[in-house]
Amino acid sequence: MAFALTPEGEREVDELLTRYPERRASLLPVLWLCQRQNGWISSEVVDYVSQRLDLSTATVRGVVTFYTMFFEEPVGENVVWVCRTLSCDLRGGKAIQDHLENKLGCTAGHTSSDGKFTLLKAECLAACGQAPMVQINDRYYENLDVEILDRIIEAHVTRGAEAAADEFSTHATFGAPSKAPISTAPPPPSPEAVRLASQPPPAPEPVGDES
Amino acid sequence: MSNPTKPLLTARYGIAESWKIANAERAGAYQVAKRALTSIEPAKLKDEVKNANIRGRGGAGFPAGVKWGFLNPGPNDQVYLVINADESEPGTFKDRSIMDLDPHRLIEGAIISCYAIGSHVAYIYVRGELASSVTRLEDAIADARKAGYLGARPFGVDHEIEIHVHTGAGAYICGEETALLNSLEGRRGEPRLKPPFPAVKGVFGMPTIVNNVETIAVVPDVIDMGGDAWSALSRLPADGGVRLYGVSGHVRNPGLFEAPVGITMRELIYDYAGGMLAGRPLKAVIPGGSSTPVLDPRRLVDAPGEDQPLHAWHGKSEIDVPMGVDTYRALGTMLGTCCAIVMDDTVNMVEACRNLMRFYKHESCGQCTPCREGTGWLVDVLNNLCAGRGKPEDVDLLVDISNNMMGNTICAFADGTAMPLLGFVQKFRDEFIDAAHNGLPSDVRHDHSVRREVEKVA
Repeated sequence: MAFALTPEGEREVDELLTRYPERRASLLPVLWLCQRQNGWISSEVVDYVSQRLDLSTATVRGVVTFYTMFFEEPVGENVVWVCRTLSCDLRGGKAIQDHLENKLGCTAGHTSSDGKFTLLKAECLAACGQAPMVQINDRYYENLDVEILDRIIEAHVTRGAEAAADEFSTHATFGAPSKAPISTAPPPPSPEAVRLASQPPPAPEPVGDES
Repeated sequence: MSNPTKPLLTARYGIAESWKIANAERAGAYQVAKRALTSIEPAKLKDEVKNANIRGRGGAGFPAGVKWGFLNPGPNDQVYLVINADESEPGTFKDRSIMDLDPHRLIEGAIISCYAIGSHVAYIYVRGELASSVTRLEDAIADARKAGYLGARPFGVDHEIEIHVHTGAGAYICGEETALLNSLEGRRGEPRLKPPFPAVKGVFGMPTIVNNVETIAVVPDVIDMGGDAWSALSRLPADGGVRLYGVSGHVRNPGLFEAPVGITMRELIYDYAGGMLAGRPLKAVIPGGSSTPVLDPRRLVDAPGEDQPLHAWHGKSEIDVPMGVDTYRALGTMLGTCCAIVMDDTVNMVEACRNLMRFYKHESCGQCTPCREGTGWLVDVLNNLCAGRGKPEDVDLLVDISNNMMGNTICAFADGTAMPLLGFVQKFRDEFIDAAHNGLPSDVRHDHSVRREVEKVA
């Protein structure tokens, strides 16, 4: 079945076209609009976009396949990206992935059998100071441990993505975030340090040596 | 020790709902832009930026004022300002804080910069993952337009300025400035051959200045204080001002800090970030994003000659050299984005190297053969070493592959892959040789220091 944007989406495309001196430059934003409506970039979406922007389907598909965030096949109701690049891995990224695989019953790269979650491994999501973290749909969830992760996943199932995001998702923060997952000895006083987005003063329980 | 300075870049971070225009304006937002557009000549603004010695905050450290000086538009040319918010370098998380917590500082900087370089349109290219930052920026732009700071006559001055947010869709390479321009034009994000450089022929074939978010965000302070005064906040010559430092990994207080240019890595880790997690020893630190070769605190600066740039630190640890673009280059690494990844003694360097090389394999755009194939081969060889299928010669093979990648590609991605690999092998060669003989223990991983806490195991 042919794909078409909603009338509101069409108006957004018209507005996007005014932002650039060349029609083609609105390709990425238009693909985003389509993916938000359709869930993924199907062949029908590619046909629609190529007609709307006067581009060949090969050109559009070439762009779609270049970028990791455009889905080339259907995904679950929610998409969970687990960051596994070094900063997150130093703070438990693998533990977060292992826990999600157990909880959702699927390995990374797959969708849970109920269709609720697609689990994907991500490369660095630029939230390294708040590791470990995941991105669910278009929101970030940071400073994770498995308990808070469970609550976030449950919230998505029982109350929906929007309510979960309202309660748990994070922006870059100033001062104390909602929780500090890593308990450590208190830091030495450093009055001159201007401390920004970070954890609250840690609780005085040293982490044991596991090496 | 650090010189305490009044926060500048982060001055408004702590205000409640700092991203809203009314709150930002109560704390001084847009005052400098108003003054700049109504009472300062563009050429004077450019001079101040040049005098400020802003070394580009995106990682390459190129002087922003010099870059602006490359512009020489023809009579029919439209000049574009493109702000690079494709923050994706592993370890780096500073630009997001500006967009989330003080978007009006970025917009104010963009207004002044557009006026200074004669541009009427700025695009802010934000990586696709940062959807919530995009929302804050778009709201902030709409409010600035409503207030009369953007549009046909910003602050009543006859110099139209529009700012548009353009969202990427997941590709590290789009942080490379010409790849970003291709992506902005609706193409695959593949870097372009240079020359022509963007200042001559950039987006839509027009003269274009591409600057990092933080570079543009410091412009209001530079104009407010004057370039020389702002530059003098730094502890180093020809590398001015203050900047955002990030720390991630095995420290007590990971996060962002504002400090003068030229603090040392030791200060950053122990004074700002609270020291090592659980008091463990520092094994290695990647100073400014994953493409910058690793520092080993056991290694001492070897600069006995008085004419050597690092002579003042001869015999001191690598982490006691001031963090500057030129000092770090002399040290054989790069300052990069100034966001450090700190590793304690539980981390295996072969495994850490493999983690990062997997990143580069995933993110290579595939345009040039040495990079597309080389990144894959590096991962294959590292996988063999880690799995116990390696040979001691494989360590030299890694070096050989890297040497054949560097300088043989269109953009700096291949160099940014090979340099950190060579750093790991050079500084931790015994661990690579050991892996070649014995493989890695089956339970090797990076998160021993925190794992019980993350997994909530009693």
